[in-house]
Amino acid sequence: MSDKPPPTRMNQQVFKGKKKAAVGGFRLLKKKADALKAKFRDYAKAIAETKGTMADDTKDAFFSLTQAEYAAGDFKKAVLEGNMVAQVRVTSAVDNVAGVKLPVFNLQETGAVNDNQTLGLVGGGKKIQASRDRFGLVLKNLIKLASLQTSFVTLDEAMKVTNRRVNALENVTIPRIEGILSYISRELDELEREDFTRLKKVQAAKEERIKEEQARKDEEAKIAKAELGGYYDDS
Amino acid sequence: MSEGKLVAIIGDSDTVSGFLLAGCGHRTPSSTNFLVVDPETPLSRVEECFADLTTRSDVGIILINQHVANTIRHVLSRYNEVVPTVLEIPSKDHPYDPEKDYIMQRVNMYLGAGQE
Repeated sequence: MSDKPPPTRMNQQVFKGKKKAAVGGFRLLKKKADALKAKFRDYAKAIAETKGTMADDTKDAFFSLTQAEYAAGDFKKAVLEGNMVAQVRVTSAVDNVAGVKLPVFNLQETGAVNDNQTLGLVGGGKKIQASRDRFGLVLKNLIKLASLQTSFVTLDEAMKVTNRRVNALENVTIPRIEGILSYISRELDELEREDFTRLKKVQAAKEERIKEEQARKDEEAKIAKAELGGYYDDS
Repeated sequence: MSEGKLVAIIGDSDTVSGFLLAGCGHRTPSSTNFLVVDPETPLSRVEECFADLTTRSDVGIILINQHVANTIRHVLSRYNEVVPTVLEIPSKDHPYDPEKDYIMQRVNMYLGAGQE
């Protein structure tokens, strides 16, 4: 591979540090993923429950509406028409789960007065009021459900991202760093062996040279001695 | 808008008037936050309204009757924003079927897979 760094001690240290960071990050992310998963489960259960009760609640609400209609005549047209200002709004706050921001809706009464407040003045007002309350209750539950649902979707997304990161660290980044580390240590060992052999070679050559030197010196000494011996012999 | 977001409703006249009684309705000269769908309402009108509501910045939650949601399923399944949240609710004449709800499908899949 061409993306391998030069095998030096310094790079070895650098990559050891990188590996440590990657392993630490992997552990943290794994924890985060687990936390998200636990929360996700809670939300899933809560949604399943709320949706179940929602069906019954709405049925009751519709029944109360029918009762009101029976008592007050067809007032739906009157409700649908006319000027109106929202009495109920939702504010969104932010909840934080393991660093993931989840939007949460809260019901907010604006205190606006609607035309349809006076409905049923001629009759059936009580029933209409009951129906109004019923639907208010359903609405409250639905807003809760909407919070759960947005949290669910957001968590789902966050979980996917986190899992992807965890897997990438576990299966790509850490093995790659380990590969580079083993490559560096292999190369370093190889260099060491090379150095060792070279040193041996140099030493051998040196010894050879010393031996030669010695031999030459001996030879010279012998010659000198011989010459000297002759001289003395001559005298 | 500083005062919070609106709850929008798309559904049959019973559903819409019920929630309007509860005080969800908001009508301005230019727009309303609800749509009454009856069998004569053209599909394009519903789609248009849904697209309009999802792009409005002052809408936080969209309540939609499940039988209406089923008719614009192709639009709904393409919609994947977090806010506004789309909630499918039962209507008077059509019982609620959790199998068709996208979120419930996910929930069931997850819970079902978790119990194995």
